[in-house]
Amino acid sequence: MSIEIKTNSVEPIRQTYGHIARRFGDKPATRYQEASYDLEAKTNFHYRPQWDSRYELNDDRRTAIRMADWYAVSDPRQFYYGAYVGNRAKMQEAAETSFSFCDKRNLLTRLPEETQKQLLRLLVPLRHVELGANMNNAKIAGEATATTVSQMHIYTGMDRLGIGQYLSRIALMIDGSTGAALDESKGYWMDDELWQPMRKLVEDTLVVDDWFELTLVQNILIDGLMYNLVYHKMDAWFESQGAEDVSMLTEFMRDWYKESLRWTNAMIKAVAGESDANLEMLQKWTDHWEPQAYNALKPLAEASVGVEALDEARAELSTRLKKFGLQSQGVSA
Amino acid sequence: MVSKNKKLNLKDKYQYLTRDMAWEPTYQKKKDIFPDEDFEGIKITDWSQWEDPFRLTMDAYWKYQAEKEKKLYAIFDAFAQNNGHQNISDARYVNALKLFLTGVSPLEHAAFQGYSKVGRQFSGAGARVACQMQAIDELRHSQTQQHAMSHYNKHFNGLHDAAHMHDRVWFLSVPKSFFDDARTAGPFEFLTAISFSFEYVLTNLLFVPFMSGAAYNGDMATVTFGFSAQSDEARHMTLGLEVIKFILEQHEDNVPIVQRWIDKWFWRGFRLLSLVSMMMDYMLPNKVMSWSEAWEVYYEQNGGALFKDLERYGIRPPKYQDVANDAKHHLSHQLWSTFYQYSQATNFHTWIPGKEEMDWMSEKYPDTFDKYYRPRYEYWAKEHAEGRRFYNNTLPQLCQVCQVPTLFTEMGEPTRLSHRQMKYEGERYHFCSEACCDIFKHEPEKYIQAWLPVHQIYQGNCEGGDVETVVQKYYHIEVGVDNFEYIGSPDHKHWLSIKGKSFDSKAEKSEQDAA
Repeated sequence: MSIEIKTNSVEPIRQTYGHIARRFGDKPATRYQEASYDLEAKTNFHYRPQWDSRYELNDDRRTAIRMADWYAVSDPRQFYYGAYVGNRAKMQEAAETSFSFCDKRNLLTRLPEETQKQLLRLLVPLRHVELGANMNNAKIAGEATATTVSQMHIYTGMDRLGIGQYLSRIALMIDGSTGAALDESKGYWMDDELWQPMRKLVEDTLVVDDWFELTLVQNILIDGLMYNLVYHKMDAWFESQGAEDVSMLTEFMRDWYKESLRWTNAMIKAVAGESDANLEMLQKWTDHWEPQAYNALKPLAEASVGVEALDEARAELSTRLKKFGLQSQGVSA
Repeated sequence: MVSKNKKLNLKDKYQYLTRDMAWEPTYQKKKDIFPDEDFEGIKITDWSQWEDPFRLTMDAYWKYQAEKEKKLYAIFDAFAQNNGHQNISDARYVNALKLFLTGVSPLEHAAFQGYSKVGRQFSGAGARVACQMQAIDELRHSQTQQHAMSHYNKHFNGLHDAAHMHDRVWFLSVPKSFFDDARTAGPFEFLTAISFSFEYVLTNLLFVPFMSGAAYNGDMATVTFGFSAQSDEARHMTLGLEVIKFILEQHEDNVPIVQRWIDKWFWRGFRLLSLVSMMMDYMLPNKVMSWSEAWEVYYEQNGGALFKDLERYGIRPPKYQDVANDAKHHLSHQLWSTFYQYSQATNFHTWIPGKEEMDWMSEKYPDTFDKYYRPRYEYWAKEHAEGRRFYNNTLPQLCQVCQVPTLFTEMGEPTRLSHRQMKYEGERYHFCSEACCDIFKHEPEKYIQAWLPVHQIYQGNCEGGDVETVVQKYYHIEVGVDNFEYIGSPDHKHWLSIKGKSFDSKAEKSEQDAA
């Protein structure tokens, strides 16, 4: 038995907006569809940008990648703003529990000084890499045309700011919220030889002009090696150094990276599958940047888990890239 | 290594969690990383002086925003499930939503793109982070507006192709060119234009008419969006004020540049809001307040206090504010009269206000309405009753800068059209006002590029030589459904059937006669 509520049913005159119906037919649309398709201005721009008069506003020539329709790239997570913040709110709730737990039990402050120093030298400086990733993704969000593409990048950009903040809080927990540990950690970023190849790489990405090249370098090549190395392989190593509690504080990053693979894979698949010209361009960029990402991470691997771990990460990235028809220098073990 | 240093206060802690993640680059030149920061001539001597306008870390942002979204979408769902569109004051109200969805929502998306851009352009990380948060907020507004209007689109006409229309329809080039102008400018001008002049100085003149209008007219979906966006807007306004104070405090050479931008963007914003003025006085069946009252409270009083406060930086009120203040007695009437004549080319309907509404206008505009505008409406109502609903078949001349038809009158001379013209490189350009002409003179190479919809139609660039073809094919306005007079329109008939009445053309006409 169920209870029936009689309602006044009203026939709609149309099921969705015209621009949504042209893509998906006049049937009830999802919130993702109505929030993500064909919202941006496409034509009849009034003035050329004073900061770059080569192109118009919302000009898809700002990248060398050519797509008949950039909306072929969409988000398998179906994230529009509401779905995005709802998801991240849950993730941050879990992270908050871990941070409060660590804080309450003094799990970081009671670590040996040497281990604390390792965290400040080998892990916390990544907050600067995250800020670079934040800047790069903001640029992409400002230049990509289709909303399905631009919104994924602004979400990622804000995520990177958030991850940088979580990393910073690890140092604040170590130094009792005085900032001294952050200052120390930033010193490593600026001057320690270990970090200079990485800092150079991040600065080099900040002058990349082509936004799709930039998303490939940042979100696939650098992250592809770095997240695997740092949050999986080095995580196990930190555990062996007696700092297993730090794992609780980087769980957000592991969950986040696993999820981000869904959209980055979908994006590269669509772009590489569009044409041989795209594939060639991606290959050229991969050839140029993948070895740099590897070399930038090498000192970090050597100082911690060992370069073999980085080679493994490289092989895993290579296997992933192969699925899109891309070759990289990673050698399967 | 618990340090003996003092615990960080909230302000310093937030700086560690934002700008301290940035560093002075050494492998690439700063100029190459931030190439757009200098060309406008703004001098920033010390970014560390930037005061964060709000302190919101990402974890807190996700948490608060998710709570707001949850509540908002619960209302949207309830609204759709209960056919909330049947409970609005009158279907004429929906025309305000048509104007909003085609005129304003695309700007939210453009703002998302613009703030993402400046969220990368500044070398000050504190300012970048604040801009990025506004970028994602603007994306939120763009998307929640699509969702708020989605149910209306299923039951009323004219809401079905907003972004397409925004790129093409003649009067929508007013908001479009406004935002294109800001987005194509440098990062400091963009923030002066949007964060300060628009969000800080003029935003209430957009929000009050639409969101309070929704509240007064039983539109639960839109008013809930309004409440939900309020705390975002509050953040955007504090950013607007911080931006202007920061630029002005950095270097005295910045003052004249900023003053010119304030003059320009106050006027651009005022012209854009003229569309809102007619919506406020004419499209809301239940009125919130008159445009002239809103202008007095939100510009003359609030803006007056603001510019008094900015005096110490050497900033004076916007150059043409006297013209704008004087125009408050005329603006909405002049706009509505124009749109009444050109309803054949709009995605919303127009109508002659009823008797009670005209009396309300007489009361709110005692010096102007009965003298200049009521007789015009009474004449048009009579014509309509006799089967001659007036449409103007000659396309209007648009202002080269604001792109509003040159329909305004001179200050203090309500029967003389305001018109300026000048020659530039052998071509003659037309303007609605001295202020728009001034803006042109300063950057002619920018404004000669304008995509003027009327010129484009006459040049044959809009898929047809006659208005009907352009409207139907190029604009995607369905002729006879979305456009023309409200009385007898499909929306009107549909509304009558919802209310259990049938359409009687004679009865409607005599109602018009009474008006």
